[in-house]
Amino acid sequence: MAAMFEKLAAYFEFSFVQYALITGVLIALCSSLLGVTLVLKRFSFIGDGLSHVAFGAMAVAAVVGLTNEMLLVMPITILCAVLLLRTGQNTKIKGDASVAMISVGALAIGYLLMNLFSSSSNLSGDVCSTLFGSTSILTLSKTEVWMCVILSVIVVAVFVLFYNKIFCVTFDESFSKATGTKAGLYNLLIAIIIAVIIVLAMNLVGSLLISALVIFPALSAMRVFKSFKSVTLCAAIMSVCCSALGIIISILAGTPVGSTIVAVDIVAFAGFSLTGAILGGIKK
Amino acid sequence: MAQLSCQGVSLGYDGKEILHDLSFTVNEGDYLCIVGENGSGKSTLMKTILGLHSPMKGKIVTGDGLKQTEIGYLPQQTVVQKDFPASVREIVLSGCQARCGLRPFYNAEEKQLAAEAMEKMNITHLAKRCYRELSGGQQQRVLLARALCATRKVLLLDEPVSGLDPKVTVEMYRLIHELNVRDGITVIMISHDIAAAMRYATHILHIGKTVFFGTKLEYMDSDIGRGFTDEEGGEE
Repeated sequence: MAAMFEKLAAYFEFSFVQYALITGVLIALCSSLLGVTLVLKRFSFIGDGLSHVAFGAMAVAAVVGLTNEMLLVMPITILCAVLLLRTGQNTKIKGDASVAMISVGALAIGYLLMNLFSSSSNLSGDVCSTLFGSTSILTLSKTEVWMCVILSVIVVAVFVLFYNKIFCVTFDESFSKATGTKAGLYNLLIAIIIAVIIVLAMNLVGSLLISALVIFPALSAMRVFKSFKSVTLCAAIMSVCCSALGIIISILAGTPVGSTIVAVDIVAFAGFSLTGAILGGIKK
Repeated sequence: MAQLSCQGVSLGYDGKEILHDLSFTVNEGDYLCIVGENGSGKSTLMKTILGLHSPMKGKIVTGDGLKQTEIGYLPQQTVVQKDFPASVREIVLSGCQARCGLRPFYNAEEKQLAAEAMEKMNITHLAKRCYRELSGGQQQRVLLARALCATRKVLLLDEPVSGLDPKVTVEMYRLIHELNVRDGITVIMISHDIAAAMRYATHILHIGKTVFFGTKLEYMDSDIGRGFTDEEGGEE
């Protein structure tokens, strides 16, 4: 045990480990906040869909040879998020189908482009690290960490300020629209925040596992808590703890960061389900 | 000036007209029941009144100092709401949202308003309970309390008793009737329950192949009213 702490202390001397922990925790916090809304709006898979869009956009950026990928990836992802959430309500192709379509489509195009035009010799390695985010979180630069911190602060601030409005729009969109809340505007806001979070989170867990960061905290909290506020708070706290734990474990055991965090999330979900079942049993 | 007047409105989806040239007025304190067969456009009409849907022709005008956003709305429940983790208080309070404008949090006055609405609906003791654990009748009362937070003038109810058992149904009608008579709130209700419509309503709007608008007595005397009430086994 003592040896473990020593090893951990030694690792924390490195700035890249500190960076990884900071970004990991912040991203987990942001994604869990909106997770509750997304799960309730039946958009659990939007994380998946958008991250694949971001993957496709990244491939395009790489092919075009942009030095700063974010310039292309961020706008494209935001655009898709807006389209998906806006058309989710009243269209010929329903929410889940359109998410699935865009998600798979972007993934295929992205891989195709990378395959056709890639200059790198290790193509499957590149693809794998974008999909599973293998090591990129450990190679973050100081600027990237700062960008992440700033964006996270903005996301959290927006969420807190618009908390009541987001609740309204999530619970009953027609009612809020009818009584004069600008539901369309807030949906747009939610879509933009989600896109920002997803592009950020790609560094951490890669595009295949982002949904886990969005869904697990929300679903776990919903097993136990009864009010929207307590569910949101619990999801945020749980997500932060799980990702911190996941990063520490992955450093100690040398496992991939993204999948370790998700594994910890799964364990936590099981724990919460059990607690919920026991609490429910007592009440009955 | 009427609170709400519908002037030559035609409604429809995708260029197909369902309702043609509909006109009626609602005055303060009225209790209007909108009846008609399935697919006759009742819900579309309701959405149009709320401003969620624009009419193909004609217009809906509000008067007497009523703004369109001051219409309280009791929607039919959606699937999403059935398992929504929210406390009763949070939901009732969300009815005050439109008053907030850009202000991020609720103030004391709005909290007071929510408390009064819960008191009126007899759900104060449920305030901390989770919405999804309540019975159908209790859920409807929560949503009605939320609608009361949004308005003091007009309530629009979309089949408020569907899925409720007979005892709770009677209770629900009594609550709505009380709001209408005691608090002077105008009620516009979509209903399949013609017997209840005949008992409580002051005015009837019947839409479908033939359209009728008038007071309850006029409706009972009209051919369409007689046909409909006999068929449905109305009790009057």
